[in-house]
Amino acid sequence: MSDARLTLAALRDRIAHLEGAEGHARKTLAFGVPALDRRLPQGGLALGCLHEVSGGPEGAGDGAVAACFAAGIAARLPGPVLWCVTQGDLFAPGLEQAGLPPDRVIYVEAGDDISLLACMEEGLRHGGLGAVVAEVARLSMTASRRLHLAAKTSGTTGLALRRWRDPAQAEDFGQPTAAMTRWRISALPSVPLPVPGVGRARWRVELVRARAGEPFEMILEGCDDTGHLGLPADVADRPAAAAGRHAFG
Amino acid sequence: MWPIDRLQRRADTPSADAPLILAGRVGNRRVITAACDAARGLGLHVGMPVAKAQALVPDLRIEPADPRADLDALERLALWLLQRIAPIVAVDPPDGVVIDVTGADHLHGGEAALLEMLLGRLTLTGITPRLAIADTWGAAHALARHHRGDAPCIAPPGATAAVLAPLPLAAMRLAPATVAGLLDLGFATIGDLIATPRGPLTRRFGAELCRRLDQALGDAPEPIAPLRPQGLIEVRRSFAEPIGAAETIARYIARLVTELCAALEARGQGARRLDLLCWRVDNRVQTVRVGLATAQRDPARLTRLLTDKIPTIDPGFGIEIMTLTATLAEPLVPRQASSLLEQAPPDIAGLVDLLANRVGARAVYRLSPVASDVPERSVTRVAALSPDQGGGWPGHWPRPARLLPRPEPIETMALLPDHPPKWIAWRGTRHAVARADGPERIFGEWWKRDAEARAVRDYFRIENEAGQRFWIFRAGDGEDRSTGSHRWFMHGIFG
Repeated sequence: MSDARLTLAALRDRIAHLEGAEGHARKTLAFGVPALDRRLPQGGLALGCLHEVSGGPEGAGDGAVAACFAAGIAARLPGPVLWCVTQGDLFAPGLEQAGLPPDRVIYVEAGDDISLLACMEEGLRHGGLGAVVAEVARLSMTASRRLHLAAKTSGTTGLALRRWRDPAQAEDFGQPTAAMTRWRISALPSVPLPVPGVGRARWRVELVRARAGEPFEMILEGCDDTGHLGLPADVADRPAAAAGRHAFG
Repeated sequence: MWPIDRLQRRADTPSADAPLILAGRVGNRRVITAACDAARGLGLHVGMPVAKAQALVPDLRIEPADPRADLDALERLALWLLQRIAPIVAVDPPDGVVIDVTGADHLHGGEAALLEMLLGRLTLTGITPRLAIADTWGAAHALARHHRGDAPCIAPPGATAAVLAPLPLAAMRLAPATVAGLLDLGFATIGDLIATPRGPLTRRFGAELCRRLDQALGDAPEPIAPLRPQGLIEVRRSFAEPIGAAETIARYIARLVTELCAALEARGQGARRLDLLCWRVDNRVQTVRVGLATAQRDPARLTRLLTDKIPTIDPGFGIEIMTLTATLAEPLVPRQASSLLEQAPPDIAGLVDLLANRVGARAVYRLSPVASDVPERSVTRVAALSPDQGGGWPGHWPRPARLLPRPEPIETMALLPDHPPKWIAWRGTRHAVARADGPERIFGEWWKRDAEARAVRDYFRIENEAGQRFWIFRAGDGEDRSTGSHRWFMHGIFG
């Protein structure tokens, strides 16, 4: 058993070496939800990389759920956050409720996708930021590789928030990019409350693609005001192993 | 009007209602050199003897004319414009300022917006501006002084002759004797001059007349020598052989920046605005302006900002002179950069400058709370490097992650007054409401607009069957029509 584990670790090191990542001791950001962190390749979201986040089929146009997910990640990283947008419809009080206070965010409103990606790359190269979020529609392999390399040299985490003006273009999400992970977050009906009202948001969190990891999906509760996701009560009460097999398909 | 404006802006002048004139000497006579609107309304005009004016208007205020001080004040105004509007600004004596807005207007949102902004700011400072944009200095000079109406005037490109034709001869920047001679001959407008053969005109009035005409029509060049007042830090390099390659330009920019930074350091200053002027061999000037959020004199950083802009320079047949000016400089004292005791917060001023010069200074911002319950008014943009505000918004009501730029009308079926809708139809899609929360009542801000004195919005948070959450509101309280139209609107989307 321990032999196999050693072999695996050696192989992982070798892959990391091939990818040129040996210079950095790879740091990760745990989500704080053990059921989720256990299934990620290094026990959390790799820092100093490019990640992609998109909304589900209904949310591809507005990307509100994906924006909250990205805000929750950015909120838990230290340092200022650069948020690059093409249309200024983010509502800062809403982001604050996802854990990202207004003093930490600098917004850049770029005219088009090309200057947006250029701004994101500047932000990633700078090195003094905690995270860079960019709401981008088209992300080519070349552009994403540039961004990923920029993130790797400076150690800043990049989040490409995929958002399409026309939901029909959302098929673009299937194209390969150099991002480390690719997430799809869609809204689910919340748990009915015993009184009239709306409960805490529930999301279907899908890891569509991960380098050196396996895709999965699970149901989680949306960001609280510190940016942490939560495990729904009906899932948390079950044994973890069973939860892994049944609840998440 | 400039001398009058200058006097009336002076703090020690009593803002009396009495009509004001300025008196100067022409030969042995004391005549009016400028008169305010009130005085002209009473029949006084420039050139009238002062004694006659005093006889006509008993309580006339008379101040001595001071052309020297007028010119000094005009230069100060030009410097203010130079620091804010465009890299090439010059004084056009006795009462004008000429600005080369080529390549600078888009920074202010276009030519019309630029004029609008200038009009507002100059009027606020007590100046009565007359503004015009045209293809040439001569045409703009003529239009600003002689077009009808007080509104700013923009001549369409390429139509200079047509725009100038109806203007009087006095608009031509000619000696008064020449204008008088032309009037004697029966010329009334510039259009008459354009239609006349040049030969006889030159024989009678000299080459000056046709030169001014050519300059106004754009047939003869009239370069604007930019204002460079004493004390402005400028470095300059001329090339024996014109340069044009991007790498060469970048190399010389680096050298100019090094020199400039040395000069800034000698004075203990840092640059807030840099102007790079490239004089081409065909006598045209290419300008690059970069702004900085805080005063800087770090050569590497300034070079980076300027070299980013090289693609916007069109070298044409080559550049023979490059000048770099710190148009706006501020005191900058050296600061201890690091300490062993505490880790300095990351310096993001450089990044903000880079981004601001790429997408425009107004497009890099932070959001800051405003004490207002109306959602679209509760957020304001502040400069990216402004100090931290400390607080956020009150968090006891959920707020959406996306707010629509303006509320969009939706169709609903709802029970008045207090119930959320059963379903809504937004952008052609119908959503059945599975769960809802509300209402959260928001009252209009009567101190801002009279129309809001009774206005009310009832906000609901709704969730459809798929789990999407929306923020909708009803204008009005559901009972009283005077509080709103009782129509429903979509305003935001929750994450």
